[in-house]
Amino acid sequence: MAVTDYLRKRFMPHIWCPGCGHGIIMRALLSAVEKLGLDKNDIVMASGIGCSARMLGYVDAHTMHTLHGRALAFATGVKMARPDLTVVVPMGDGDALAIGGNHFIHAARRNIDMTAIVMNNSTYGMTGGQYSPTTGCGEYGTTAPYGTVVQPFDTVELASAAGASFIARTTTYHAREMARILADAIRHPGFSVVEVLTQCPTYYGRKNAKGDAVEMMEGFRDCAVPVGPLDDSGHATVTIDPEAVDAPIPIGVFRKEVRAEYCDAYRRQVIEPAEAAAAASAAASAAAGGEQ
Amino acid sequence: MSTSRRIEINPDWCKGCNICVAFCPKQVLALDERGKAYVANVDACIWCRECELRCPDFAVTVVVERAS
Ligand SMILES: Cc1ncc(C[n+]2csc(CCOP(=O)(O)OP(=O)(O)O)c2C)c(N)n1
Ligand code: SF4
Ligand code: SF4
Ligand code: SF4
Repeated sequence: MAVTDYLRKRFMPHIWCPGCGHGIIMRALLSAVEKLGLDKNDIVMASGIGCSARMLGYVDAHTMHTLHGRALAFATGVKMARPDLTVVVPMGDGDALAIGGNHFIHAARRNIDMTAIVMNNSTYGMTGGQYSPTTGCGEYGTTAPYGTVVQPFDTVELASAAGASFIARTTTYHAREMARILADAIRHPGFSVVEVLTQCPTYYGRKNAKGDAVEMMEGFRDCAVPVGPLDDSGHATVTIDPEAVDAPIPIGVFRKEVRAEYCDAYRRQVIEPAEAAAAASAAASAAAGGEQ
Repeated sequence: MSTSRRIEINPDWCKGCNICVAFCPKQVLALDERGKAYVANVDACIWCRECELRCPDFAVTVVVERAS
């Protein structure tokens, strides 16, 4: 199949602004899905609300456009009912880390097998450029006309502390690598977090004098510093020379560890013993009934 | 066996963001007077697909056809 065969072409062109990076992420995701040869019927995508969440309108798979911040909860329900399906959850930085922060850390803690894509444009694009949990300290938004006064979340560190077993970061400039990372994340049997730094030229770019889409992507290119290879325990070493790049963005795969997966563990520890106990008690009462 | 290659641009989907033009390593693409991307210098193309991968609007396709 061609990549565009996974698109609902009748809804194109999409609603995203000219140069919005969200379309580059959708393309990389569909390339990954195509490379893995996944059947549309085996893919479930859930999203919340935001420009990023609108991706679901265009992907020709099973799609659920749900509540702001709650996509991971819906996705968890689907995955527990049908662990055989591939579940992908694209989220904005506000969707994933502000209103949905609790769902995010607990999905990571459970290590449930799904891929969370954090489409981080450092702003709330859909509602008009308010600052988000990833807006840099001192940067501007419509709700921060004097600049924010708080430190941003580091998505990779947050996911790592919460227990995600696959963690990566990339940018829209690195589209080819993004497709490779997403394929790896989808194949990984656990909770995968892929943060993609993406441009919102309309709000974040304009408010912070970052230039147009091309200049914002050049910024990603110039600041990106690849992390080292994974060691035997599945952790990458991050060595950054602060002299070399002004505001370095470490990119690459930070963690890839195989650990007990939630649906699997739940089946072994709860469903199978419960079913065995129910079968034993049915057999016992059948035997007792037979004796009468 | 011969291989024919071309770059197709869908003007109905192109939003003129200039990303494909700016990141093409060989300056093959340009924007026309309507702000739509077009192939200005196909002879320079190295078929690397960087334009296709980075177009946010799925408007660029690098087509490679092998005919025997
Ligand atoms: C419960 C609830 N609260 C608030 C909103 C308003 N709202 C819609 S999208 C959004 C934030 C979008 O930002 P982000 O998730 O970063 O995605 P982006 O639009 O930048 O891709 C907010 C606050 C909502 N739809 N529902
Ligand atoms: S407002 Fe920003 S995030 Fe939303 S579509 Fe436009 S550029 Fe993209
Ligand atoms: S395939 Fe490569 S060289 Fe050819 S137009 Fe696209 S980016 Fe330029
Ligand atoms: S990257 Fe796509 S949308 Fe942007 S100018 Fe090129 S063809 Fe048009």
